[in-house]
Amino acid sequence: MTEMTASVTAARPPSDITKRSLPASLVIHALLIAASLLMLYPLLWMVSASVRPENEIFSSTSIIPSSIDFSSYVRGWTGLDVSFGRFFWNSLVISVLVVTGNVIACSLTAYAFARLRFAGRNFWFAIMLGTLMIPYHVTLIPQYVLFLDLGWVNTILPLVVPKFLASDAFFIFLMVQFFRGIPRELDEAAMMDGCSAWRIYWKIMLPLSLPVLATAAIFSFIWTWDDFFGPLIYLNDMNTYTIQLGLRTFVDSTSASDWGGLFAMSTLTLVPVFFFFLFFQRLLIEGIATTGMKR
Amino acid sequence: MSNAMRTPAGAISVERYQGAVAEGRFRRLWNANAPGYLFLLPWLVGFFGLTLGPALISLYLSFTDYDMLQSPRWVGMANYVRIATADPKFSAAMDVTLTYVVFSVPFKLTFALLVAMALNRGLRGLTVYRAIFYLPSLLGGSVAIAVLWRQLFASDGLVNAALSQFGIEGPSWISHPNYSIYTLVALSVWQFGSPMIIFLAGLRQIPQDMYEAASLDGASKFRQFYKITLPLLTPVIFFNAVVQTIEAFKAFTPAFIISGGTGGPINSTLFYTLYLYQEAFGNFRMGYASALAWILVVIIAIFTAFSFLTSRYWVHYDD
Repeated sequence: MTEMTASVTAARPPSDITKRSLPASLVIHALLIAASLLMLYPLLWMVSASVRPENEIFSSTSIIPSSIDFSSYVRGWTGLDVSFGRFFWNSLVISVLVVTGNVIACSLTAYAFARLRFAGRNFWFAIMLGTLMIPYHVTLIPQYVLFLDLGWVNTILPLVVPKFLASDAFFIFLMVQFFRGIPRELDEAAMMDGCSAWRIYWKIMLPLSLPVLATAAIFSFIWTWDDFFGPLIYLNDMNTYTIQLGLRTFVDSTSASDWGGLFAMSTLTLVPVFFFFLFFQRLLIEGIATTGMKR
Repeated sequence: MSNAMRTPAGAISVERYQGAVAEGRFRRLWNANAPGYLFLLPWLVGFFGLTLGPALISLYLSFTDYDMLQSPRWVGMANYVRIATADPKFSAAMDVTLTYVVFSVPFKLTFALLVAMALNRGLRGLTVYRAIFYLPSLLGGSVAIAVLWRQLFASDGLVNAALSQFGIEGPSWISHPNYSIYTLVALSVWQFGSPMIIFLAGLRQIPQDMYEAASLDGASKFRQFYKITLPLLTPVIFFNAVVQTIEAFKAFTPAFIISGGTGGPINSTLFYTLYLYQEAFGNFRMGYASALAWILVVIIAIFTAFSFLTSRYWVHYDD
């Protein structure tokens, strides 16, 4: 992982060899456009199915609807005992808290590992890297029993509290890498001036680290929004459901009867992720390219 | 405190002096280390309370019978023995998971590499293509995509509608035990975007003058790929292969949604994690599920160790 982190952002030198003859690049463009359409086709079809009149959904493979009709959205929104508005609100609350927890707790931890000297630092750092390798399955059952004993099942606490305890080691690692790139002279000078570690963290490191904090925040928002497994285990009361559980319940309860509503609600659950992607595309892609983030 | 240190030794009793020195040492130790540990506090609580503690308890539970109503009953190796010898669902789950890993990872990486190479030519519109190919990776984990996939491969779904235009009558992919797993493989391959981006980053590291020199020497494109691109890319291929394989072992949501949580038809989509979930939260066999979890950890660890050991024979780091 570390071999890659260093230099991927280096600009590629211009070179004659990359200039192709016109026919060759036309062929490549044609292939890439065909591939892009193939990639997007299922998504576009779903969006188009959500605005089609019900009887037309399966009659054509075209993605251009003959007429546009938003009634599927109305039906889908209220199709369960609890409205999708509730699920959206629950997902939003959980995602915002998770983002907050991840950014605060992981940056505190990363600051200690990257900048403070204390006995046992290397030992704990090695342990922290080790936790990256542990699949969640081994802690899953005892954690569930613990949260059940605490009376936290059916609340958002099991999904949120661990994030305030820096349980996502991947983001710590990412931030440590970034913090190490900030010139040491800055905090050494501040320390000479009598700044406490806390002030240095708060006034110097965090403001200089906005890119990595934003990357961590955006990825943790998207992953939390899309998370199915955590809510599936901890949330059993429909009033506490997240959008993913709501959608799954909708699939089960309507199966095959209201396809329009199903595709309408599916489309809605993807909208926030899609907009994050649209606005932060560059940041997300750089994050993947330089760190190989999962998924 | 600091006053005591400055007082001449003779002015106070030896005991008080030693006490003061010890206290001073403690204070110095505290001053040197406290900020670090204070910053680390949330993580330390999480590590002991949510990772190390639970992992040890889970190891203990794997040797017990535990249904959450009564306290765990020690059964020794019984869970592991049953998994190894008398659990057809375990072997089915292992079979499904390995099939998924063996088919999805190579196809996904091949697509990712091919597209990355096509994009790595200083083309116009690179960022647009890159974004389009990456989008499915980002959306892929969600329930909506699994729902969509279930529809695409249904007997009256889009895939069969497309096939029928060529006069082919497709099977009902999702509900046929021979095909259902491959619909999930297809879903995974569709999400080749994130390894593709890592390949793109890797391709940019290869110095262009190597290709220039090679083409002056008359090396064909294929030979350049085989002799330059592939060897120099091996660290990135290795990285992608390890990450994607571990992710594939852990796949859950698509199988759960597409099979309605059953792993059917006839266990053909019973992913390992889905079986673990059923045992733990469907049948409340928490001890048995813990044993399953530890076996998964061992399998992933063996796989990773094996990859790292063999990597020295085919991964070239240029030092």
